[in-house]
Amino acid sequence: MMSKTTTALATFAALGVLAGAAQAEIRLGVSVSATGPAAFLGDPEAKTIEMLVEQLNEEGGINGEEIALTLYDDGGDPNKARTFATRLVEDDEVVAIIGGSTTGTTMSILSVAEDEGIPFISLAGAISIIDPVREFVFKTPHTDRMACEKIFTDMQAQGITRIGMISGTDGFGASMQAQCKEVAGEHGIEILADETYGPQDADMTPQLTRIRNTDGVQAVLNPGFGQGPAIVTRNVAQLGFEIPLYQSHGVASDAFIELAGADAAEGLRLPGTALLIADKLAEDDAQYEVVTSYTEAYKARYDQDVSTFGGYAHDAFALIVDAITRAGDSEDPQAIRDALEATDGLVGTTGTYSFSPEDHLGLDLSAFRMLEIKDGDWLAVD
Amino acid sequence: MDALLQFLFSGLTVGAVYALVALGFTIIYNASDVVNFAQGEFVMLGGMITVFAFEAGLPLPLAALLAILVTSAIGVALNKLAIEPARGAPVVSLIIITIGASIVIRGATQLVFDKQLHRFPSFSGDDPIHVLGATILPQSLWVIGGALAVFVGLWIFFTRTLTGKAVLATANNRVAAQLVGINTGWVMTLSFGLSAAIGAFAGVLVTPITLVGYDVGVALALKGFAAAMLGGMGNPKGALVGGLLLGCFEALTAGYLSSQYKEAVAFIVILGVLFVMPQGLFGRKSTERV
Repeated sequence: MMSKTTTALATFAALGVLAGAAQAEIRLGVSVSATGPAAFLGDPEAKTIEMLVEQLNEEGGINGEEIALTLYDDGGDPNKARTFATRLVEDDEVVAIIGGSTTGTTMSILSVAEDEGIPFISLAGAISIIDPVREFVFKTPHTDRMACEKIFTDMQAQGITRIGMISGTDGFGASMQAQCKEVAGEHGIEILADETYGPQDADMTPQLTRIRNTDGVQAVLNPGFGQGPAIVTRNVAQLGFEIPLYQSHGVASDAFIELAGADAAEGLRLPGTALLIADKLAEDDAQYEVVTSYTEAYKARYDQDVSTFGGYAHDAFALIVDAITRAGDSEDPQAIRDALEATDGLVGTTGTYSFSPEDHLGLDLSAFRMLEIKDGDWLAVD
Repeated sequence: MDALLQFLFSGLTVGAVYALVALGFTIIYNASDVVNFAQGEFVMLGGMITVFAFEAGLPLPLAALLAILVTSAIGVALNKLAIEPARGAPVVSLIIITIGASIVIRGATQLVFDKQLHRFPSFSGDDPIHVLGATILPQSLWVIGGALAVFVGLWIFFTRTLTGKAVLATANNRVAAQLVGINTGWVMTLSFGLSAAIGAFAGVLVTPITLVGYDVGVALALKGFAAAMLGGMGNPKGALVGGLLLGCFEALTAGYLSSQYKEAVAFIVILGVLFVMPQGLFGRKSTERV
């Protein structure tokens, strides 16, 4: 213990000498899954945060203090995420953590953040991250339940009350399937057929034939991720369904239209974020400025299109910056947490965030926009 | 009735995919008793290389040919760099080497290409063919036809050509094969090259249906392996029948019982068959001469 203190003192002294001329800095920690099976989430997230930190520092930082970023790649492994979270808190002494690309890695980081009292913004979807509310844990992506509610609201408006579901058995599909079944009743929706498929399956016509042969089905809903929904969309076209098909926010990307084929995807609906229709937003749209500046900067820097996932990281970073600015103290995690919880009306790419002691997600259904695929492109329908 | 036909069409489509992967296992297995777990990666490479060559502007047939040639070269390289240096090691070690190779190929594909899903257009369009109220996509016919063509080709290769018989002889007894003048090193190289080419060919055919990404190989190899076990490892007829049966089991279970249990039912059937016939439906009885 004694020697540790001495080392710490010596380090402080050395830092003091070195930092004499330099500015004070804000230490921000990130642990995302930039490689591994969840790389499609973590890769754009890491790139987004690196880009935003650079931008902010070039503009002079927060109140004159630059951000010192420590970014770890947990490869989608919850054990590594826990190690990195501990390292971020104990060795890197960060004042806030962004990360947890998947629900699994989030759960690891979350327990460290709660124990150490460091504000943590998660980039994962599960509702269990913020329900029940944990003091130091926030998240930016909307939940599966909200996607279900958005879809069911649209179905109600179309006069659809009886549907068939075909869900992927991957984590995303299974979770959304459960959430949708839970909230269907509240929206007067009856689920008459409930089919599943494996994430690597090549053909879903048997399941879809069963749905088609179920009396009274007025629409098909497909919660899923990866290639499954593209194949379902193609099979629906192959079988010549005459009832509408709804996909989930899990496939809200331009690549999906390409994979499913514009002809097969024509007319299908899904809930997506403003980011997906960045080039079609009206200039007086509340999200126009933030969405446009992010998509343009990202495209210029990486020569890639933005994804919803990068958008989650963008919003998490914006929330932290906003909170530190208002807290006025970049050294005190507790003050940053309090400022974060007081966030009111911060416009991000995903939606407009207003946190409260009871709500650490801070989004409502307006964050989703109902989109329809028309002529191989997205069309906002509400 | 039209539902049954639709389930069978689906089963045949998926089954032909499994059969194509299973057929790829046969040559290497026949030459060395090694189950090549990198076979799924060959399928993936066939799809990925075609996608990127096609997007770079090559016509589809040329892109497919390029993919088959490059994958075949990778198969040969795998033999030269990893299998040959371990010559004399037990079969189990060689199988573990192929698992390692599959991980390396997957990682390299991630870096060389990308982590996204891809697809190229179907060969004969996407307008479904209607038969008695059921529908099938033209690409499914390509896959079924491709599986049949590879089956016939392999059958002729193993029963009618000297090279094919040399491959079988090498598997049977390497030393004896060498004594009668068979260049066993060359046979191994040939079998890896051919297996990789068949895998890549499968990848080219199935990508418009299954889509391709760097990580699709594992699941394909597993199903293809199950199909090959069901039919009898090393027998082209077994691979074809095993693949089609597995596909139909899955489709019929999904259609008539429940989609939740389709894989469970398929694997229970496989276990049942192997319990009664450990060599699979068409496998050769292994007799050890003392």
